[in-house]
Amino acid sequence: MSLRESLREPTLARFNEVVESGCAFSHTLCKGQVLRIVDLEGNQAVDTLFYNASDPSERYSATDTIREQSNIFLSTGSRLISSEGNLLLTIVADTCGRHDTVGGACAAESNQVRYSLDKKFMHNCRDSFLLEIQKHLPALSKRDLTANINFFMNVPVTPDGRLWFDDGLSAPGRYVEMQAAMDVIVLISNCPQLNNPCNAYNPTPVRVLVWDN
Amino acid sequence: MHSPTVTIEGEIQISETLHGGQMWSTVVRRGQRLRLVDTQGNAAVSALFYNAAQPLERYNMPDTLKAQQIACLKTGCAIYSDMGRVLCSVVADSLGWHDTITGHADSKASQLKYGLGTYQVMRNARIRNTRDNFLVELGKYGLGRRDIVANVNFFVKVAPDQDGSLHFVADHSKALDFIELRADMDTLVVLSNTPHPMDPSRTYNPPPVELQLRSGKPATSDDPVRNLCPENQRGFALNDRLYLTEAGQCH
Repeated sequence: MSLRESLREPTLARFNEVVESGCAFSHTLCKGQVLRIVDLEGNQAVDTLFYNASDPSERYSATDTIREQSNIFLSTGSRLISSEGNLLLTIVADTCGRHDTVGGACAAESNQVRYSLDKKFMHNCRDSFLLEIQKHLPALSKRDLTANINFFMNVPVTPDGRLWFDDGLSAPGRYVEMQAAMDVIVLISNCPQLNNPCNAYNPTPVRVLVWDN
Repeated sequence: MHSPTVTIEGEIQISETLHGGQMWSTVVRRGQRLRLVDTQGNAAVSALFYNAAQPLERYNMPDTLKAQQIACLKTGCAIYSDMGRVLCSVVADSLGWHDTITGHADSKASQLKYGLGTYQVMRNARIRNTRDNFLVELGKYGLGRRDIVANVNFFVKVAPDQDGSLHFVADHSKALDFIELRADMDTLVVLSNTPHPMDPSRTYNPPPVELQLRSGKPATSDDPVRNLCPENQRGFALNDRLYLTEAGQCH
């Protein structure tokens, strides 16, 4: 856990927008720009994927990121590594302290497995991702929806190989900030999950800000 | 030396050696068993899984871990697709830990560690890496780098501490350690017998791994993997739906 505050001033951000609960969001960051995600009301999972903007077949890789830092949690200093072994972004500030990248995104089908076969109707992150890419990112498809980051989510792993979704460490106003090392597409699903504590059973909005460096 | 924990059943249909550095793939039909045996110790076999009939459905690491609240694979675990179904099950293994979260090496990482090891110099003893092997093998099915997802590393243990830090466990797999999978749908299995990137050894020496494909039956209603947890019962129920149209195939 590596807490670090940012000195960046929200009034100077070139982009500042609220992403409501259960909504998707995509945006292209230029190299050097800084992205901040603010957990406005606390304990809100923000499912996030990144792609090389010039060739989206290169994308965020959870396993490469985990292995290269020899740690399963993301925090200040974490280097987000692509499927081709390149640096996509670096986390430069974090007031939450721990973010997940093994828990993945919820989907209609995985909700059926995890909770009940009749949960298929419930809104979920993969549906948000799919609609966003179908509408706004036609170069991407389901093939490109891989193991993502869950900002503000807490998924502990134990030395004996167990894993579970725990109560979040986040709180209202906590944020994470990362700087792009190349032009990257950011794809976010502000998680609508109501079946586990990842959103404290009450999905809430988050704020996305972008600064030029 | 470890002894098998289950009786080996079924007729041997394919028996072959996966040489050090080699990749391999086949469609394992529903019910068939695929057994991998580390012949010398310290094997690392990276694996990807796809629904053979519709490869857009593929292995999903987070869904596999979440459904069963596990961080690694061992006997009794189901290997889930991204569509809520079970691609295959671990029906036996001697190790109790197969890695799911630390990925694989590419050519850059391999060259840094082992040197070039080119074909021109080493012929078929050349140094091969997991990612290039996956790309070649997937290419045979019209699949490519967009289809490479977080993979499984059989015979590998990377242990987490309470703070989330990870440590490669050397000498985890010994001679004759094994894992046996049962396909729970017709599953395209892609394997690469290449060193794990966190293995501290700088000597490139992946051991031969014996592969055995055997006949077998699909999971029954009292199957231990199906009944490991309510989540697996539901996952297998979704598999059953996939096969409902085939008369007599639904268990």
